Order: sequence, then structure tokens, then C-alpha cells
Amino acid sequence: MFEVGKIRQDFPFLMKAEQADPQLVYLDNAATTLKPQSVIDAVVRYYTESSVNIHRGDYALSYEVSNAYEGVRKTVAKFIQCEPNEVVFTSGASAALNLVAYGYAEKVLKQEDVILMSEAEHASNVLPWFRVAEKTGAKIEYLPLDEEGVLTLEGFKEALHDKVKIVTLAHISNVLGAVVPIKEITALTHQKGAIIVVDGAQSVPHTKTFVKDWDVDFLAFAGHKMLSPTGVGVLYGKFELLQQMDPFLLGGGSNARFDKNGHVVLKNPPFKFEAGTPAIEGVLGLDAAICYIEALGFEAIEQHELELKHYTVEKLKQFKHIKLYNEKSQSGIIAFNVIGIPTQDVAAYLSSLGVMVRAGNHCAKLLSEIIHTQETVRASINFYNTKAEMDIFIDALKDITLEKCIDLIF
Amino acid sequence: MSDLLKDPLILRQIIMDHYEYPRNHHLVEDETYHKAHMASESCIDDITVMAKIENNVIQDVCFDGIACTISTASTSIMSELLIGKTLEEATEIISEYYKMVELLPYDEEMLQEAVAFHQVGKQANRIKCATIGFKAIETCIKEHKHDQ
Ligand SMILES: Cc1ncc(COP(=O)(O)O)c(C=O)c1O
Repeated sequence: MFEVGKIRQDFPFLMKAEQADPQLVYLDNAATTLKPQSVIDAVVRYYTESSVNIHRGDYALSYEVSNAYEGVRKTVAKFIQCEPNEVVFTSGASAALNLVAYGYAEKVLKQEDVILMSEAEHASNVLPWFRVAEKTGAKIEYLPLDEEGVLTLEGFKEALHDKVKIVTLAHISNVLGAVVPIKEITALTHQKGAIIVVDGAQSVPHTKTFVKDWDVDFLAFAGHKMLSPTGVGVLYGKFELLQQMDPFLLGGGSNARFDKNGHVVLKNPPFKFEAGTPAIEGVLGLDAAICYIEALGFEAIEQHELELKHYTVEKLKQFKHIKLYNEKSQSGIIAFNVIGIPTQDVAAYLSSLGVMVRAGNHCAKLLSEIIHTQETVRASINFYNTKAEMDIFIDALKDITLEKCIDLIF
Repeated sequence: MSDLLKDPLILRQIIMDHYEYPRNHHLVEDETYHKAHMASESCIDDITVMAKIENNVIQDVCFDGIACTISTASTSIMSELLIGKTLEEATEIISEYYKMVELLPYDEEMLQEAVAFHQVGKQANRIKCATIGFKAIETCIKEHKHDQ
């Protein structure tokens, strides 16, 4: 039984938010999520009880922290269903995507090769590829999307051809919440001998990930969008691809030895990619976050989030002044506009009533041609949200007017 | 003027009017204009302001782009306020406007309809919106002086 009331008690922010006047309703979960006490405790425990560095295990405490840190690699591996040595810790999803782009793609791509992506991608999964294209002479091509930002298998098949060497796609889009059929797309990609990079920033937190079963080559995600502290993310890569990939940061921790003549022997993956002292508390916090999510179970999480999404969409559909952009998408993201009111004013108005949403283009600046709007307001749901919170959000939108938005500055 | 400040209904009307019917809302293909593209300020507003400055006087100001109510209305008001002013007058008006936005004492007469934003400073996250057009025209003036 999914008891959201009980779950909420684990989140100190939510307990405060409920007492605030007006009550605060957090619906910007696609940007980052709130943290449960167990994650906060893990971070505090590291600083109060351990504090020392890892991989310098000359004394007992450092050995223990190193072990705990490596233990998280196993937790992550189990969580996304791969081997621990295929889990590279990074500073976030952006760092993970940049690492694949410069460490792998830049090394293997040649002039006239094609990188295939969609126009719904987040800037972090666009800009590194622009640079790779510029450096290698490879070309970027875009996949066809329908007006809800959905990529169909037919569309994918048509866009795929022999020159495509890399496909890079978000499993779930951060603007429209469209879910990509990743397993089928991966199979098609491999039939052409290409590699697939998956941006899992919005999917890994909300739905079960099976990298081995899906057979994806790389997958990036961020801890902070799934309850963990900021500053930690993961790049999964098939081990043989990680062996081929170059690090783009060098330094302590990533090399086995080096000499005066510049001979460097790097460690094996994943360690060769992890130069410098990492966000140790972030990684330990990620462990607590995964533990929390697994205890709830993805089945219950997805069911609850989708129920809230459908409930809200059904209500918002009744309002003539609201335009919805992704009614059908099977994720907790609701993209909409209030007709005649700029997104930022809508967000500011909702904020005055305690509701936190995001306005703008959500770092997906290429999407405007598909959905015929430069900007949207985005409400994004997480498992700790409630129907009562969605009602506050819906009520706030019910009688929003331009006048009321402007009156906020008086 | 002071009475006007006390009537939010009238001030709201001014902002609504400039948002729904922005003045000088177009761009020109004219090399003699200075141009400032303001897109980095926030993720949302993306405004271009153009200004023609000749004989030390702002001859014309126009703008276009995607923006919220406050950026659009304040930039529209700015354009009306500054057309025809000398650079010294314009600089003074801009500086009074910034004072107002920071909730400091300012000259109401000088700002005319721009007083509609006299309370915007209370919403820290909207200050950027209310000043984007003014920042843009400052850039144009700076560019002009640099060219001289
Ligand atoms: C789809 C997607 N990809 C990548 C990112 C970047 O994640 P991070 O900010 O953790 O690097 C985000 C976060 O906004 C995202 O939504």
C-alpha cells in the first residue's frame, strides 16, 4: 500500500511546506527533487563520523569510507542492472554526457558520420554533440517528432541510415515527458552498427532501468533528480566501450603510474574516469536515495505519479484558457500555457499562491518548431505529491487572469 | 503624479496597455541603429532593442522579442520615455528609474508612466524583467559613445 501521507513525513521540506502560509506545493521535480531525511542523514553522517578521503586507505577510517564508496557502485549497478565496473561516478548528468561526447564520440567519429538526436533534447545532450560535430566533421541529424514530442518507431526507422554512428536520446523528455521505446530503438540502432547514448536524467528516477536487457551502450543520469544530493551523477557504459573511451579529466586517482618522460598508465574503467576527489557525501547520499526508492518500488511510484498526472490533466482540460501540450505522455510532466499570459507571469502568479513550477524553454531550445510555442509552463510530479496538492495547483489556474498577474507587482 | 501612484488600478491599466499594445514594437533594417540583444539575463526573456542616436539625441527606439508582461510593458514605456531626449537627459532618466526599482527616493515627474513599476522592487525575481529594456538602451548609448 502506497501511503503518501506517511512518505511525506520522511521529507523535512514537505513538513515545513505544509505549515507555511500559503502552503507550499513543490511541482518542479524535473529540475530537482526534495531529499528525504535518510539521505540528509547519510550526508551528515559522513561529515560527522568519517570525513576522510577515499582511495588512500592507509588507515582504518579511510579504508572504511573507500569501501562504503565502492559499495555504492554495487548499489547503482544493481539498481540499473549492470556490473559495478560499468558505473562511472560523475558530477551529474551533464558531466556524464560530456564525457561520452569527448571521451568516446570524438575519438571514433569521422567526417560525414552522423549523430542522430531529437529536437526535444536538453541542452546538456545537444551542446556537447555540436562541439563533437564541429571537431570531427560529423553531421547532426534530427529525428521526426509529432506535436506531442513523441518519437515513433516508424519515424525512427526512416531517419536511421548507414552513416548514423551515434544515436543520442532522452528516455523521457524533460519538456513534454514523452517516453521513448528505448529497447526497440536500441535494437534498430545496433542493426545499423551504431551506438546509442541514453539521457536517463528524467527516466531513471521514475521508472525501472534495465541497461543490460535494453542493451543500451551508454546511459547518463543525475542523483539530485532522484532524492540524492547535488554534485553526483552516473555514466553507465558497456565495459568494452569504457575501455575504448578516454577520460576527459586527468589527475590523482585515475592513473596507475607515470614517469618523467610522460609515460602514463591509466587505471582500468571506471577508475580512469574519476580523477580528483569526488563528491563523497553525494555518492553516499545516492546510496540512501536508491535504497529509499527501491523500498517504495517503481511499480507503486509510477502508478501514483501517472494517476496524479491524469487527474490533473482531466481537470485542466475543462479550462478553456489552458492549452495542454502533452496530454497523452506517460510520465509525471505536464506542459501547458495559459492563453494570453506569458509563462513567467503564470509561474510568478502560481508562486504567489505557493505553487512552484518552471517557466520557459526548459533548456530544450530546439523544440519550439515542433510544439509551435517558444515557451511552456511545466509542472512536474514526484511520488510524494498528493491529490490535495494538485487541487491547489488546479484551483490556482482556474481563475488566473492577466490583471491578477500584473497586480502582483503592486 | 503622487495621486496616480496611489491608484494601482490606473497603474495596472498602464502596464496592461503597454503589454497588449506595445509601442515601437518592431525592428528596423538600418545600419545606423545601435542594437542590443538581451537574452542572457534569464532563460526566458529574449529582447532586442534598437536605437538611433544622432546629434546627441535619441531619435528613435524600437524593440521586439519574446518577453513577459513586465519586460514588454517596461521596454515599451522606456521607448516612449527616451525618444527625443538628449543623452544626458536619457542617462538621468535611466538612473532615476533604477533608483525607483531599488525602492530608493526618485523623481516621479521624470519617470512619467514608468512609475507604474514603482513597487516592482518588492518582487526581487521580477527586477530583471523590469530593467531589461533599460539595460539594453544603456548598451546602445555606450556603444554610440564608444563609436564617437
Ligand atoms: C533530460 C535532462 N538531461 C540532462 C539534464 C542535466 O542534468 P544535470 O543538471 O544534473 O547535469 C537534465 C536536467 O535538467 C535533464 O532534464
